[in-house]
Amino acid sequence: MEVKGPVPQIPPAVWTEFKDLQEWEKHRQQRPEGDKHSALFEAVTDGIYNFPGGFVVTSLADGFLNWARKSSVWPVTFGLACCAIEMMATFASRFDVERLGMVPWASPRHSDLMIVSGTVTIKMAPMLKRIYDQMPDPKWVVSMGSCANSGGPFRHGYHVVKGVDRVVPVDVYVPGCPPPPESLLNGLLILQDQISHFRQSGKRPAPSAKID
Amino acid sequence: MIQEKLGVAATGEGAALAVTVPAAQWLTAARLAREALGCVYFNFSTAVDWKDEGLEVLARVENLDAPFALTLRTRLGAGVTACASLTSVWRGADWMERECYDMFGIRFEGHPDLRRILLPQDWEGHPLLKSYAVDTPHPPYR
Repeated sequence: MEVKGPVPQIPPAVWTEFKDLQEWEKHRQQRPEGDKHSALFEAVTDGIYNFPGGFVVTSLADGFLNWARKSSVWPVTFGLACCAIEMMATFASRFDVERLGMVPWASPRHSDLMIVSGTVTIKMAPMLKRIYDQMPDPKWVVSMGSCANSGGPFRHGYHVVKGVDRVVPVDVYVPGCPPPPESLLNGLLILQDQISHFRQSGKRPAPSAKID
Repeated sequence: MIQEKLGVAATGEGAALAVTVPAAQWLTAARLAREALGCVYFNFSTAVDWKDEGLEVLARVENLDAPFALTLRTRLGAGVTACASLTSVWRGADWMERECYDMFGIRFEGHPDLRRILLPQDWEGHPLLKSYAVDTPHPPYR
């Protein structure tokens, strides 16, 4: 006997008619290549890479750029719920992420990292997406706590997005309810490790083996 | 005194009483609580969904000087979503009734600004009703 899952009755998506967001999505859809480099840049870098011994240059350049990127990851101060308290503790003097080059910054325009710290409600999701879109590339997202990872204890509530990865792409998931500052710090270190293996092709790096 | 004026007995003892009034007498009972019993403080208002028996609206009002608290209840009856608004008696009932409308879909007659208060304005349905499915999807994020 064939068992069929329930068919969700999807109401019409009226509420997505946020003007700016729609414009942005349309803009994105018109550029299926996304934010890749120009053809000339690709040709030049490919040429250098395929030149005998040229990979040394590109590897060195990649390494240097990644070192620069991972040494100044500025998280945007974006506290959503109780996880934000732990995030503040991580930013404060005892754990002090500034020694890792992270300066909590109150503007998405200057930031590289968004720590989604807390429950994302359906009403909040478009605003979260907008803040993410306002951040310049390259940008990273850390999902902090059960709620942002999967909806957590509110997963079956009527108003909660079941995981922030349904809204924005996530690089590191930090479990916990809420995660203590040590956990978040570990997540940030893993993120730095990922950034240091970033490749010029723009692809996301494979997850490293150094996860606890 | 509640029994004399409304014809229904109050339950409870001491400084916290509860009274169930017919829906037609909802506003009368509220005025009585405010003027005769001195309950000037509107504590909260909410509703209960009793499935086939319909909705029940309740409001707790307090006399802070006595101190004395009165819980007013009324059954709307099966399928009825209209109820008299208490905003003419307590201005504090405004947002409470908006929330009640948001969550249960009760239309308060005489309310000055009956919009959704917590959920987005174009939300479909009223999530605290028993008939609202648990995992109702809301595209695109869910």
